[in-house]
Amino acid sequence: MTWTLVFEQLLNGVQLGVTLFLMAAGLTLVLGIMNLVNLAHGSLYMVGAYLAIAASQWTGSYAAGVVLGLAGTLLIGMIVEVVALRALYARDHLDQVLATFGLILFFNELVAMLWGRASVYAQLPAYLRGHVELFSGSSYPMVRMAVIVVGLLVAVLLWYVVTRTRLGMLIRAGASNRTMVAALGVNIRLLYTVVFGVGAALAGLAGLMAGPIYGVQPGMGELILIQVFVVIVIGGIGSVRGALVGALIVGIVDTLGRAFLKPMLSAMISPTAGDAAGPALASMLIYLLMAVVLALRPAGLFPARG
Amino acid sequence: MLEVRGLTKSFGALRATDGIDLDVREGETHAVIGPNGAGKTTFISQLAGNLLPDSGSVRFAGNDITRLSAPRRARMGLARSFQITSIYPEFNALDNVALAVQAHCGHSFRFWKPARGDRSLAEPAERVLQEVGLTDRRTVLAANLSHGEQRQLEVAMALATNPRLLLLDEPMAGMGTDESQRMIALLSRLKKTKTMILIEHDMDAVFRLADRISVLVYGRVIATGSPEAIRANEEVRRAYLGAD
Amino acid sequence: MRSRLILWAIAVALLVALPPVMTALGQTFYIDLVRRIMILAIAAVSLNLILGYGGMVSFGHAAYLGIGAYAVGILAFYGVTSGWLQWALAVGASAIVAALIGAVSIRTSGIYFIMITLAFTQMLYYLGISLEEFGGDDGMRLKAKSQFSGLIDLGNPVSFYYLALALLLLAVLLVYRIVNSRFGMVLRAAKSNEARTRAIGFAPYPYRLAAFVIAGAMCGLAGALYANHTNYIVPGLMSWQQSGDIMFMVILGGMASTAGPVLGTFALLFVEELLKGWTEHWQVILGPLLVLSVIFFRRGLAGIFYKPDA
Repeated sequence: MTWTLVFEQLLNGVQLGVTLFLMAAGLTLVLGIMNLVNLAHGSLYMVGAYLAIAASQWTGSYAAGVVLGLAGTLLIGMIVEVVALRALYARDHLDQVLATFGLILFFNELVAMLWGRASVYAQLPAYLRGHVELFSGSSYPMVRMAVIVVGLLVAVLLWYVVTRTRLGMLIRAGASNRTMVAALGVNIRLLYTVVFGVGAALAGLAGLMAGPIYGVQPGMGELILIQVFVVIVIGGIGSVRGALVGALIVGIVDTLGRAFLKPMLSAMISPTAGDAAGPALASMLIYLLMAVVLALRPAGLFPARG
Repeated sequence: MLEVRGLTKSFGALRATDGIDLDVREGETHAVIGPNGAGKTTFISQLAGNLLPDSGSVRFAGNDITRLSAPRRARMGLARSFQITSIYPEFNALDNVALAVQAHCGHSFRFWKPARGDRSLAEPAERVLQEVGLTDRRTVLAANLSHGEQRQLEVAMALATNPRLLLLDEPMAGMGTDESQRMIALLSRLKKTKTMILIEHDMDAVFRLADRISVLVYGRVIATGSPEAIRANEEVRRAYLGAD
Repeated sequence: MRSRLILWAIAVALLVALPPVMTALGQTFYIDLVRRIMILAIAAVSLNLILGYGGMVSFGHAAYLGIGAYAVGILAFYGVTSGWLQWALAVGASAIVAALIGAVSIRTSGIYFIMITLAFTQMLYYLGISLEEFGGDDGMRLKAKSQFSGLIDLGNPVSFYYLALALLLLAVLLVYRIVNSRFGMVLRAAKSNEARTRAIGFAPYPYRLAAFVIAGAMCGLAGALYANHTNYIVPGLMSWQQSGDIMFMVILGGMASTAGPVLGTFALLFVEELLKGWTEHWQVILGPLLVLSVIFFRRGLAGIFYKPDA
């Protein structure tokens, strides 16, 4: 276990964290402002990944694929909002959970029908293949570095929009007191659609960036969705800042745990202990973290509501 | 029976209750009046255990209950009715009251015998319903009762717990004249055997029922005394009674 | 009340008559199908106790299906084939895990409760995957069916069918008595109006926890039955998708009603079978059907037959 290895895994943790943030930002705003539990958020992640691959194959250009994939996800997100989700805003969380669960089944199967159940892999352009030199002797995959850079850029952009623009002010007000914002005469429907659309685009972006790293297959959204929920609970519902902090914490803890818990246990206790408990404990780590955070701060680290 | 000292609760910058001192003697009916927003419901919530005060104390029958949970206080003999009707809409009136009886009638970890057939619950419940005048409506779903009947049910549920102290938060809220008269008659009957704190806006009721009145304005008690004393009090007239 | 009993009697009579009729028609497939439905209906009935009557949206109920199934599978793996021991462990382990998960989760409410129960079931799922000796991701075959000292042969499809039916009816009866007992009334009151329930002197937590444990234990029994039915035990039994399925069975049939979860399970699984017959991509149809049923079908199927229990 060398320091380079630790640093690499740390970067991987940041990369996962940034991916989780892109998902969590949209989901936490939708939950905070529209009080909607949307399990199908993971489906938008998946749709983004598939559309980007299809579009880049069709146009022959990765960049075009990214743009079209994002646009397509945005469009599909808005359609889903109008067709299915509008009816759910007034319903309780249970109904929302079940209805969006139905959407998950639909999208997973649709994608399997169109592209099959096996993993599909993206064709990366030359500038994203290969490695980046970090410091002497250590190199890091270009594509992962790109994810980190893009994700952090988006975080900065979101921060700017949320704290410095009128739209952002409406979003923060809505997350903190939904009824008041409606009562103030703001066009709530439009706000909802915009918020949902932004969330969908972010999820799609996360998906198409993560695709080359983790592979693209039906059900990929659900794997990451649970972690996104953990992020939101830890970060606090309705808070973009909470989503960022929570996402980075979860990403880093999970990655470092998976990488180092087994060898650490093997070294400190015994190899059999490491083998037996290591992987299981590593998977459970973020849930234990969530339980601890909830015990100390039942509303998360940065709750939007006062 | 009840001693309140320095009860203070703030919500952010707003001091809802600001150092309230109040005593309630056994057997008396003590009314708390004041303009809207004076902190009356916040006060009752701290007495009942729905809110915990920032500072101050509440002593009930000699025991310090300031930090006890609402269920604990209820089991000690404090009963509360809510300003906004809070009953079980999908159960009928008898079931509503029977549940209140059940809370004070042995333990409830019984899993097999139906609760509805239990005479030890139904009999006391029926007696309470009779006392408030809802006997004929006992099989009606609470959601289908008229507003006035629901307010009566509120009081019934507080009564059914066999309380030592009743906390009634605007029992006559939203009632028409007939219903109000019925409620006043009911409360007059209860007066004889129960200790009550009554929050009300209906001055007719207050002056007929209260042994003593405390006036709450902006979270502070500005006067406490007999109804005549309060009626004559200059400060009170200015702050509150003037418009009435 | 009378009409309800008659409907139940008819339903039970039909279920009792099914095996001989289907055997005579040469359609033994339906015996297996209905047996599977009845086993899962036990899980749905157990979830209805805490979800329908208790108002606790637990997204982790499938965990107990898995625990029950693995209890049977793991004991059988080590040569312990006594059904008495296996099923006792299935129920006992589920109860203990439910107590632990419930103790932590029930302190939360609303969306947090949903997510924390979801998280716990994921933990168990990952635990299941990581158990390499027991098949890990792929799961494991059941070495031998549970033995009951010769009293009943689970290898005989019809005997097993009648056992499942009997246990389902027992589960339904148990939940029915519980929800109408003093305990059940408090649980339902806490769901209906928590502030009022506290005001009359009940702290909801112990009642909810007890209900959670009972529901978990009952679902563990369903898991033990399921392992014997499928002869194969996979971690997917504990996945949140499985939890979602069970929730649908409860909602579809109508929450807070005795027959609801049974109706819902039959409806959902029959529709699944039907769709599976048409296309391998049946979920692309089922998904939207479920969405529509949530949006339009508020009271569930039981609401069609009679008013829900008051």
